[in-house]
Amino acid sequence: MKACLERLYNGLIKENPTLVLMLGMCPTLAVSTRAMNGIGMGLSTMAVLILSNLVISLLRKVIPNQVRLPAYIVIVASLVTVTELLIEAYLPSVYEALGIYIPLIVVNCIILGRAEAYANKHTPLLSVFDAIGMGLGFTVALTLAGLVREVLGSGTAFGLRVLPESVEPIGIFVQPPGAFLVIALFIVIMNAIGIKTRQRKLVEQVGCDGICGACAMNCERREGGAAE
Amino acid sequence: MKSLILIMVGTALVNNVVLNQFLGICSFLGVSKQMKASASLGGAVIFVITIASAVASLLYTYVLAPLGLDFMKTIVFILVIAALVQIVEMFLKKKAPAVYQALGIFLPLITTNCAVLGVALTNVQNEYNFIESVAAGLGTAVGFTIAIVLLAGIRSRINEADLPAPLRGAPVVLIAAALMSIAFMGFSSLMF
Repeated sequence: MKACLERLYNGLIKENPTLVLMLGMCPTLAVSTRAMNGIGMGLSTMAVLILSNLVISLLRKVIPNQVRLPAYIVIVASLVTVTELLIEAYLPSVYEALGIYIPLIVVNCIILGRAEAYANKHTPLLSVFDAIGMGLGFTVALTLAGLVREVLGSGTAFGLRVLPESVEPIGIFVQPPGAFLVIALFIVIMNAIGIKTRQRKLVEQVGCDGICGACAMNCERREGGAAE
Repeated sequence: MKSLILIMVGTALVNNVVLNQFLGICSFLGVSKQMKASASLGGAVIFVITIASAVASLLYTYVLAPLGLDFMKTIVFILVIAALVQIVEMFLKKKAPAVYQALGIFLPLITTNCAVLGVALTNVQNEYNFIESVAAGLGTAVGFTIAIVLLAGIRSRINEADLPAPLRGAPVVLIAAALMSIAFMGFSSLMF
């Protein structure tokens, strides 16, 4: 039980996928125009992540090592397709708001990254908790970014007006440049708080030279290289 | 012809894939440390995205749509892109070693670059025909190259600067990207 809780803490704070590991930046920047979008995207990704971690962890002794990445991609793509169809059917407004970024969950580094770094080495139960922790960390970061951008950019929070009418919203925050600025601000704050910890090094790496998804391969290659 | 030019300009500058659509951010931030590597990655991306959008468009029009397998497009596209990159890599290694030397290490990494899948899916969404898809793919990739080479140039200057500790690394790069994004918003008045 303690190990499970440790996984949740790890995902939410210690290795927060967005703010510390800097994975999955594409959806983070793109859909955080409103807080509601952040929740929608975060929960969709979390659903895919939980299922993919579970399936990959169950199959970890079956999938041959050489073809594991193609196998993971097929598993993740199938799960994303299922999720996409479900969202389209039951939550049409979320589907409309997130658009192309739902199918693009396939290439979200967080999912392949967790499969490669955690699920293929650990038991199904721990892998599911790892996914829940990472998913919650992603959701919280996305929602926070969405909230900041929504309040500054359109004067509302979760669709409700919070700033008085007399305050002119700063439109740039709901436009693309605002996304870069707000995420930069978040990382500055994280850096300033944890400046002496190991985390700073991680943030400086910018997602392990991350080419989405391939980052897992990259990290492994680098570690292998260092060991030699 | 005019619509093709509009698509190219639109995807390369106005709706820049990185600065406006936020696709391929990871490689945009990760590889832009050096000018040379950025230019090579840009070349590889132009190559792969153009071919991938052509193949994806053909597959969609002649296989997926007639069979009513529309919903399978995500799986099919990602597998096709992954296989395609492998084939391109093998072909270049054999037939054009000089090009392979320049692009080599970046090719396998592009497989999971979200921009490639993003373009293929956007083309389907916009109901582009084959030629329009290729134009959109080429435009997007050129836009990516412009953005990453510019950012690499900016970063080589930033490296010299004396910054407060919390700003070093990722944050200052993101702020530079934000300023570039503001500059690219100026292109939206190009759409006539």
